[in-house]
Amino acid sequence: MSAYEASLLTLVAINVMLALSLNLITGLCGQVSLGHAAFFCVGAYSTALLAKAGFGLWITAPVSIVLAGAVGIVIGLCSLRVRDDFLAIATMGAGFLVVGVVRTNDALGGELGISQIPAPFLHDVFWLVACVAALAVGTVCWWVKQSWLGYAFEAVGADEVAARGVGIDVAHYKLAAFAIGTGLAGLAGCLYAYYLTSVGPEAFGFPVSIMILAMVVVGGMGSLVGSVLAAAILTLLPEWIRFVNDYKLLVFGLLLFATMRFFPQGLYPPLVGLVRTVSGRGRA
Amino acid sequence: MTFNVGLMIELAVQGIINGALYAMVAIGLAMVFGLLRILHIAHAGLFAVGGYVGVVVTNASGSFALALVTAMLVVGLCGMLIYRFCYEPILSKPPYVALIASVGIFLAIEEGLRLVFGDYGLTFARPQLPGSFHLVATVRYAELAVVVMAVVLFTALALFARHTRAGMAWRATVSEPAMASSFGVDLRRVRYLNFFIGSAFAAAAGVMVAVLNNVVEPHMGAVPSYKALAIIVIGGFGNLQGTLIAALLLGIVEAYGAVFLSAWLDRDSVAFAAMLAVLMLRPQGIFATAGRSGGRRWRIGELFRPARGANP
Repeated sequence: MSAYEASLLTLVAINVMLALSLNLITGLCGQVSLGHAAFFCVGAYSTALLAKAGFGLWITAPVSIVLAGAVGIVIGLCSLRVRDDFLAIATMGAGFLVVGVVRTNDALGGELGISQIPAPFLHDVFWLVACVAALAVGTVCWWVKQSWLGYAFEAVGADEVAARGVGIDVAHYKLAAFAIGTGLAGLAGCLYAYYLTSVGPEAFGFPVSIMILAMVVVGGMGSLVGSVLAAAILTLLPEWIRFVNDYKLLVFGLLLFATMRFFPQGLYPPLVGLVRTVSGRGRA
Repeated sequence: MTFNVGLMIELAVQGIINGALYAMVAIGLAMVFGLLRILHIAHAGLFAVGGYVGVVVTNASGSFALALVTAMLVVGLCGMLIYRFCYEPILSKPPYVALIASVGIFLAIEEGLRLVFGDYGLTFARPQLPGSFHLVATVRYAELAVVVMAVVLFTALALFARHTRAGMAWRATVSEPAMASSFGVDLRRVRYLNFFIGSAFAAAAGVMVAVLNNVVEPHMGAVPSYKALAIIVIGGFGNLQGTLIAALLLGIVEAYGAVFLSAWLDRDSVAFAAMLAVLMLRPQGIFATAGRSGGRRWRIGELFRPARGANP
């Protein structure tokens, strides 16, 4: 595997983790978040600081998860006050706030960020580490989705009032979704810091949060396979459409629009439908 | 830091100027949100298009007034096109669908501007409205023009909404779409009107920012529009009066915050910190009169209170 492919694969794995983690919060639990990059940021900066202080992956990864999850719980507590569009905007504000604090805090490197993060254990096959981590995140998400917790999340996402009516403690489950989802985003941040070997505030801005949400929505809300597919597609797409070179972001924006315009439920449900139709015909 | 009256006044003036700009951007977002419950991110792109049209037409024709009018018309039209081809087909879908579609359009507009006019943007061939005057604080003529423009536009909007048939239909639709429709109001036309006005205001703001900074660049729309999102929250979603006051307040808070909180927060996050504080204390927004459960009962009527208590 060439260095280019390995690097691309690592990036796909990180984005898959981000999409899956947001899918827990937004797709399953129905809490639209426009600030997911903030938790990614917390994870990345935790890792950057700890790694520079000499700690290895075994310390940085759990600490990143816990710190991001802790910030997630704080934001989650705030989110209990607001719903729907208000929540979306509140999380967007939280995202800007985290980046703003990072930008002005000299201990966090300010505008320049933190560079020269030491290489982690197994850095020669880091893509493998990232893929294993993505697989682990996928397993956690799958486990959550098929467990009682996942049913409760989906109930809250589908109809909060009805969920409360059948005795689900909505507040607790929302907090749980935030804690798990943001913790996993922290893990993605940890790997991202090692991957880039430097972190800066501009890598965690609003556009990144939007991109993560786009992965979830394009994949189809709540669908794990959809999130993974969309994360891979949206990461690789700018590489595939390199031939349009200078126009790649323009094409990307238009494709994003076209997907929503023609497949508002995301790509996964129509894909499943297509597969069913084809296999159905095969049998007939 | 010692207390400095001159600085305080200077900051208040800066705050009002920024607040006027934010108000012009935020009003369009609030209008779209009030009518359709869509977070119209592409508004940021329209703002930038406004700035570009302003600079291009001014440089080509030499007339700033012509440029301003052209920008407002062209961008208003763009807003209507975005409604027609982007939002109308997906109105029945959950709001995040429109949000992502809107982001796609925003990206495409930004990139389009960058590809056509280059990475570094454009400048006026000759700076518009140069010079400044001193009245309590030093104010540039361009800054005065921003405030005057905002006052003129909002007065015109209020008069339009109160005294014309189209304005009444618009107000009726915002507060009771079904009722308005049964009285023969064409909802589509109202929506087109809504997008036209909102986008034209954003274009005016874009042109004025171009004048203030003497430059337009592809990404100029992003930050003001994100802040406009914060403003429509503080103002109570879709409440136009609240939006105007929130815009002014935010401009002022930000001007002071950027100086006094600079050790902890950058300028942009002051706005969002203020917004979060409001959301936590009053989740329905400072100026919202009805609870969220009030549904689509957006209080546009309160801004343009009818002349003779016709509105119960």
